[in-house]
Amino acid sequence: MRIPCPLCGTRDRREFYYYGSDDYLNRPAADAPAAAWDDMLHNRDNPAGVTRDLWYHETGCAQWLAVTRNTVTHEILGSELVADLKTGPKSARKGGEK
Amino acid sequence: MRYSGLKVLGEGLFGNKGWKPAWRDPAPKAEYDAIIIGGGGHGLSTAYYLAKNHGMTNIAVLEKGYLGSGNIGRNTTIVRANYFLPGNSEFYSHSLKLWEGLESELNYNVMHSQRGLINLFHSDGQRDAFARRGNAMINQGDDAILLDREGVREHLPYLDFEQTRFPIYGGLLHPRGGTARHDAVAWGYARGADRRGVDLIQNCEVTGIDVSNGRVTGVQTTRGAIRAKKVGIVVAGRSSQVAAMAGMRLPIESHILQAFVSEGLKPVIHHVISFGMGHFYISQSDKGGLVFGGDLDFYASYAARGNLPMVEHVMEAGMTLMPMIGRARVLRSWGGIMDMSPDGSPVIDRTHVDGLFLNCGWNYGGFKAVPASGWCMAHLMATGQPHDVARRFRLDRFATGHLIDEEGTGSQHNLH
Repeated sequence: MRIPCPLCGTRDRREFYYYGSDDYLNRPAADAPAAAWDDMLHNRDNPAGVTRDLWYHETGCAQWLAVTRNTVTHEILGSELVADLKTGPKSARKGGEK
Repeated sequence: MRYSGLKVLGEGLFGNKGWKPAWRDPAPKAEYDAIIIGGGGHGLSTAYYLAKNHGMTNIAVLEKGYLGSGNIGRNTTIVRANYFLPGNSEFYSHSLKLWEGLESELNYNVMHSQRGLINLFHSDGQRDAFARRGNAMINQGDDAILLDREGVREHLPYLDFEQTRFPIYGGLLHPRGGTARHDAVAWGYARGADRRGVDLIQNCEVTGIDVSNGRVTGVQTTRGAIRAKKVGIVVAGRSSQVAAMAGMRLPIESHILQAFVSEGLKPVIHHVISFGMGHFYISQSDKGGLVFGGDLDFYASYAARGNLPMVEHVMEAGMTLMPMIGRARVLRSWGGIMDMSPDGSPVIDRTHVDGLFLNCGWNYGGFKAVPASGWCMAHLMATGQPHDVARRFRLDRFATGHLIDEEGTGSQHNLH
């Protein structure tokens, strides 16, 4: 299995550390009820099909990636930087660079 | 038909013409007292004990493929009771006792072989941890012997004791641990359940769970609707999909675990050996194949096949531990779909729907649990109360913090 890194190109799976489902990105508010934290940490859709999960490019650019892939075929459908998920890609940002 | 040595002899003399199918192939009835979804080891043993211990014989097992076609038909067959934490300790102890009487119980040769299991350790700290585990096993009433390096050498002279990365300091011997014939366990329970009147319905995939006013009323299947007041979900790696039919979102992530079998060799490995630091374990089947495996591939998957990095890792670990196997050729490998829970321990519990029960989260240790899992699931479904040895396997323990984290690796599905 090879994983496309937006910064490094397509790299061997062994360069990446798998963390889990992208549910981890949806952190509840600090005052959210315990059930919301339980949901974020433990409960999963666990689809047999397309899913999006988090991989850390440990021996590459040290960036967290959100990888879209198929759990039945191991086909990788795309990846993006977790850092870009909230702010959008750097190129699309306005006024951020000087 | 009761199996016996005399029967085998008689059939052998007269052309083996008297054998009959070991179970019927019934069409589903419109209604049962209870339905078990999943005809694997756990589902079949649940059905068997529902009939045997609780007199519930108007029940059905629904299997989407053929009986024993999932992980019970492909695993590394290890049977042991070497757990440490309350919750696991008494449960697996109960399971091992059931294993020890299983063949006469089922009148079926499951080839249970208590050849001894040795867990190796490689440092002073790990020795202390294993001594503590061994004491917990003895306190539970099971057996454990702490071996030093020379003690291990007496049992396993062929290991590389001086390997530089993980020199072997000793091992924890669990003499009652061993292996069994995986298929035979499913077949034995299937035959036993069938003889007590349980309908084993194959090629019958559940497509929906009917719930009315918070109570389960039956299931929809590819062979029509079937009514039942009690339904048990016992579907291992597919737990998330089936539970979703009842509106549940489970603390389960399905992962892949690979295992390997070599060509048949003369007897050479007499124990089950686990080399935890290298992520490797091995035994030899009665047919002569070396049966071995390692760790998860570490990413969620339903592919039922793994990737090459873990194949390479397992082979390297095997060669580190016992270079003598280097000439053996791997005959086949496979990847099983493991229902990984966040703490590495299972769930046998009620659900938010009355009459709907859940048995899942066996991670990669479900095989040895088959007898006790069925025993406790049957108790739960028949009485509505958890069995004493499975009372900690609650679905809500992740929310309440009562985790049973045997490995101490934390609340992450792929770390157990």
